[in-house]
Amino acid sequence: MTAKGQGRTAFAYLAPALLVLGGLLAYPIYQLVLISLYDYGQEQVSGGAPLEFLGLGNYQKLLGDQQFWGVFGQTVAFAAVCVVGTLLVGAFLAILATRVRTWVRMTLFLAALGAWSTPAVAGSTIWLFLFDANFGFVNEVLGIQGFSWTFDKWTAFGLVAAQVIWCSFPFVMVTLFAGIKAIPGEVLEAAALDGASAFRTAWSVTLPLLKPIILVVTIQSIIWDFKVFTQIYVMTNGGGIAGRNLVLNVYAYQQAFAASEYGLGAAIGVVMTVLLLGITMFYLRALRRSGEVL
Amino acid sequence: MRRWLTEGFVLIIAAVVAFPLFWMVLSAFKPEDEIISADPVPWTTRPTLDSFTRALTVANFGRYFLNSIIVAVIVVFLSILISFLAATALTRFRFRSRTTLLIMLLVVQMVPVEALTVPLFFLMRSVGDSVPVFGLNHLGSLVLVHLAFSLPFAIWMLRGFVAAVPVELEEAATLDGASRFRFLWQVLFPLVAPGLVATSVLSFIHAWNDFLFAKTFIISAVENQTLPLALQVFVKPDQNDWGAIMAGSTLMTIPVLIFFVLVQRRLVSGLAGAVKG
Repeated sequence: MTAKGQGRTAFAYLAPALLVLGGLLAYPIYQLVLISLYDYGQEQVSGGAPLEFLGLGNYQKLLGDQQFWGVFGQTVAFAAVCVVGTLLVGAFLAILATRVRTWVRMTLFLAALGAWSTPAVAGSTIWLFLFDANFGFVNEVLGIQGFSWTFDKWTAFGLVAAQVIWCSFPFVMVTLFAGIKAIPGEVLEAAALDGASAFRTAWSVTLPLLKPIILVVTIQSIIWDFKVFTQIYVMTNGGGIAGRNLVLNVYAYQQAFAASEYGLGAAIGVVMTVLLLGITMFYLRALRRSGEVL
Repeated sequence: MRRWLTEGFVLIIAAVVAFPLFWMVLSAFKPEDEIISADPVPWTTRPTLDSFTRALTVANFGRYFLNSIIVAVIVVFLSILISFLAATALTRFRFRSRTTLLIMLLVVQMVPVEALTVPLFFLMRSVGDSVPVFGLNHLGSLVLVHLAFSLPFAIWMLRGFVAAVPVELEEAATLDGASRFRFLWQVLFPLVAPGLVATSVLSFIHAWNDFLFAKTFIISAVENQTLPLALQVFVKPDQNDWGAIMAGSTLMTIPVLIFFVLVQRRLVSGLAGAVKG
């Protein structure tokens, strides 16, 4: 087939995908930026008031707003705790999994699979019930009935973080386990023959070989944990008392759909998108460097 | 000795990880007085289906279950069709903008879809003015957004599976007189089926689990809510019907769990394939 014919057939095959992605991803991204430049409130939505172009006004308002910076800091800290927790738990269990018999490992993986596959809403609700002040099993075991985990800001954040780690460590564990298994036995034997200690082998042989995989799961976790929405929304009932458990995603939602400040909500969305795309660029560069080709 | 210790430890961890799910199923089968007892115990001597009955009748979970299934199945069906064609185009043909498209597919996966609720809300509102089925308060709007969100990853993942089918096979099929269309659907499609299974499970789960868009789009049409939203509506401060909530959660989790267990191997190898390209 000629090059031109190839191109034509290719685009015929691609047309439905391009149509959907263009209309429902590319166009909304463009709209997101556009809306963030306007004063877009309830009066404009209901059709009466004219749109007022603000330029970067919404962004100025955001950057000058103390609550925004508070929520921003909370989001970064919350995501950091979740990422570190997920990676530590996942890596630790992946290593343990290589040292036990198959049936024990299968039991662990099956349990992890259960946690992994639980829908976020269901998972959040189950955890809420387990940690319920009066009827929860955890308080019964700890003997602190009546203690509310979701009332205090920090215990609430801790509870949500624990739930997020519970449902996201399986991905890290399974991926790292597969990576460790893929290291050829001869490499480790050679290290042992050369007299390397177990620690030395882990540090100088296994870890460098796993680096690409560790990078992938780290960045993947950062991206996921940075945009946690459901868990926060469900477990702290929309961002906690007086919004003290907000993260950026929930904050944007509340600004847009609860306070009808659609322009401001869109601006927060743009900030998040830019941040995550920055991380993605880093990811792409790292992938390239580790020798992946598109 | 040390291995016994490690294995014992791993089994305890497995039990802790599985405990929330165990508690969910257990609570779903407990009679009401045991659920709201001040001294909950991790067993029950009087299992009952009362909570399921309440969830399905009082809270109308059956209807929401059906809605969730409808959305997820249509999304899976369409995304298989569209992503298969697109993945074939991106692996089997050489054209100028190919690399650009691939990079865009990767980048677009990283866009936080949650940030797009505002523009998508207005988009669905105006779509609804001309085609109500795809507008706000209708399941069609959910189908559209989940289709769009699951496509980039589905295409990306299928690419590896299509690439793994030798080109010689196509040449042989052409020599045997098969048309391009026949080759596509009768030769290539069955061969990449394992990849299709993995991608469709992910699309299914994505649509099935969604909470944010269901919450944003289905504003007033209670009959068109999906499971995650229904479950959330159920949770009321201080007067939760935990039994029914746990029964609902169980109903919601079981399909995903079954899917996951069925395809876990393919999923992991598919993910590895997607990373390796």
